Amino acid sequence: MTSSPSPVVSARKLGLTFQTGDGPVHALSDVDLEVAKGDFVSFIGPSGCGKTTFLRVVADLEKNTSGEITVNGMTPEEARKARAYGYVFQAPALYPWRTIEKNIALPLEIMGHAPAERAERIERTLDLVNLSGFGKKYPWQLSGGMQQRASIARALAFDADLLLMDEPFGALDEIVRDHLNEQLLKLWAATQKTICFVTHSIPEAVYLSTKIVVMSPRPGRVTDVIESTLPRERPLDIRETPEFLEIAHRVREGLRAGHSYEE
Amino acid sequence: MSYLLRSWQGAVALLLCLLALTQLPLLGPEAPLPVGSGATSVILLLIAGGALASFLPIPSAALAAILFVAAHGAAWLLIGSVDGNEGHAGSAFFLLVAASWLLGWRCITVLADIEPNGRAAETVLRLLIPAIFGAWILILWEAGTRGAGVPFILLPPPSAIGERIGNSLPILAADVRQTIFKAVLFGYVVGCAAGFAVAILADRVTFLRRGVLPIANLMSALPIIGVAPIMVMWFGFDWQSKAAVVIVMTFFPMLVNTIAGLGAAGAMERDLMRSYASDYWQTLVKLRLPAAMPFVFNALKINSTLALIGAIVAEFFGTPIVGMGFRISTEIGRMNVDMVWAEIAVAAVIGSVFYGVVALAERATTFWHPSNRGG
Ligand SMILES: Nc1ncnc2c1ncn2[C@@H]1O[C@H](COP(=O)(O)OP(=O)(O)O)[C@@H](O)[C@H]1O
Ligand SMILES: [Mg+2]
Repeated sequence: MTSSPSPVVSARKLGLTFQTGDGPVHALSDVDLEVAKGDFVSFIGPSGCGKTTFLRVVADLEKNTSGEITVNGMTPEEARKARAYGYVFQAPALYPWRTIEKNIALPLEIMGHAPAERAERIERTLDLVNLSGFGKKYPWQLSGGMQQRASIARALAFDADLLLMDEPFGALDEIVRDHLNEQLLKLWAATQKTICFVTHSIPEAVYLSTKIVVMSPRPGRVTDVIESTLPRERPLDIRETPEFLEIAHRVREGLRAGHSYEE
Repeated sequence: MSYLLRSWQGAVALLLCLLALTQLPLLGPEAPLPVGSGATSVILLLIAGGALASFLPIPSAALAAILFVAAHGAAWLLIGSVDGNEGHAGSAFFLLVAASWLLGWRCITVLADIEPNGRAAETVLRLLIPAIFGAWILILWEAGTRGAGVPFILLPPPSAIGERIGNSLPILAADVRQTIFKAVLFGYVVGCAAGFAVAILADRVTFLRRGVLPIANLMSALPIIGVAPIMVMWFGFDWQSKAAVVIVMTFFPMLVNTIAGLGAAGAMERDLMRSYASDYWQTLVKLRLPAAMPFVFNALKINSTLALIGAIVAEFFGTPIVGMGFRISTEIGRMNVDMVWAEIAVAAVIGSVFYGVVALAERATTFWHPSNRGG
């Protein structure tokens, strides 16, 4: 475990149990994890293993029922109120009554940025996600991939250092996905952000991450944490190198050990 | 056979013409002003000509024009022929009215199949088709009531209603001013605004949410014929008591729809707001109200009709001597049914315009909603 002096996310014995009609669901149990500044951490595991729940606890959209967690050294609630993170949901969740640029302006309006600065940031983030020129379109006039890129732009607009992404490309086809992964890496290199990224694709996790967190369900827990040995600079064809395949193999082993893919 | 199928309306119209030929003359033997054979042959020629044209491979626009002239020209002459002969129409008259109606139908069918090139043409077509449709309701009504001599009290012909409207413009204007521009508009604006405001209040304050819905529900169940006289006692005979009835009627639909609408925003969209640490009012204004707009407009549309009905009916329970409801209730007592129909016609037009304005505002506001997006 690489523990830099002040981790961005630090969880100790973190647990979350949902009380449901059919009894308690242990969505997370005994999760120990540190995410250092500048890390790109992927969470991988079969559905129901608590990936989304972990991200939501970090984001203070869900409260842990046991253990401890800090975000930027604060409680998740304090971190949320300090606008410490941008969250990219599984679906774009763009507001259909706002144009793309108005959607990106939304967090800026709420956080009280001046109009001139809003315009400047909108332009910059649209450029970051390669959507320049689409600002005046409505979300429903764009393809699914473009919508998801717009939602990433929205999360980037207010310059939070932490980006939480929950299967952002899950609904997209592989060609679009490859392209977006490449763009995401460039963006990460350009902005120096810390990224927590949920996926259930092994190649995606290995290609993107500096650190891969393998999880398993019932109860949701971390079974393996793999530090990537790949360089930070990653062309798409790095995915054919032996080193890449070796890491992918370890992830697959980790998933199998967690008795995963039975559902 | 397929030749006939190209225009079954034309084929039937021709058959009706032949049948009418065996039943001539147009009017019964006691008709005071018999129709000359010249006028009758013009009518027959118009209908037969239009019907035959409908089989020919003529360009749609030209065919529609021919059918339009034939159908409406024949109808015009037919209705003219019963002028002064009310109640003396023979079966030939009705057969020919039916035949020209079929040509009008064919005309609409041809128009509906035209692919408009350009926006202007599209707009013209969109207006023309319902206009012809509406005109034929009036034509059949006119020909039926006057040809068969339906008693005026039961159903006056539209021409008589139109004449009454033309002769009573000052009275109608005064009634509209009293009922629409005072009672309806004031009641509608206040009732809708109050329903909207209370919905937001109930959303903000938990204990109100529990209490307000059952009470509002009770209010909506109050019968208008009970509420109206009470409002007259409270607020006097003038328009204020009618506005109060309208407020009572429009409050509840707006309240219920707004409450439903405030719950319409999705969980993810709300989480997004939470992730920005957005406060209650920011979330309300930037997410929940826009998402509620389709519901709010639903209430505005329902209320546009309710307000009109409420104000008119409320005037049955005491008013100064002006107002649409007052006019209807007194003129029916005097057997002046044409005036009653004139008020009904005015109310129908105003109601449609009112609804149309709200619907246009809706289209402009909720253009983003999947049901409005279009191309
Ligand atoms: N709000 C909730 N109420 C009850 N159970 C939940 C809730 N959210 C998630 N769960 C349960 O917690 C477990 C983990 O869910 P989740 O974090 O969404 O998994 P993943 O994202 O890895 O697919 C699942 O069994 C899921 O059914
Ligand atoms: Mg999930």
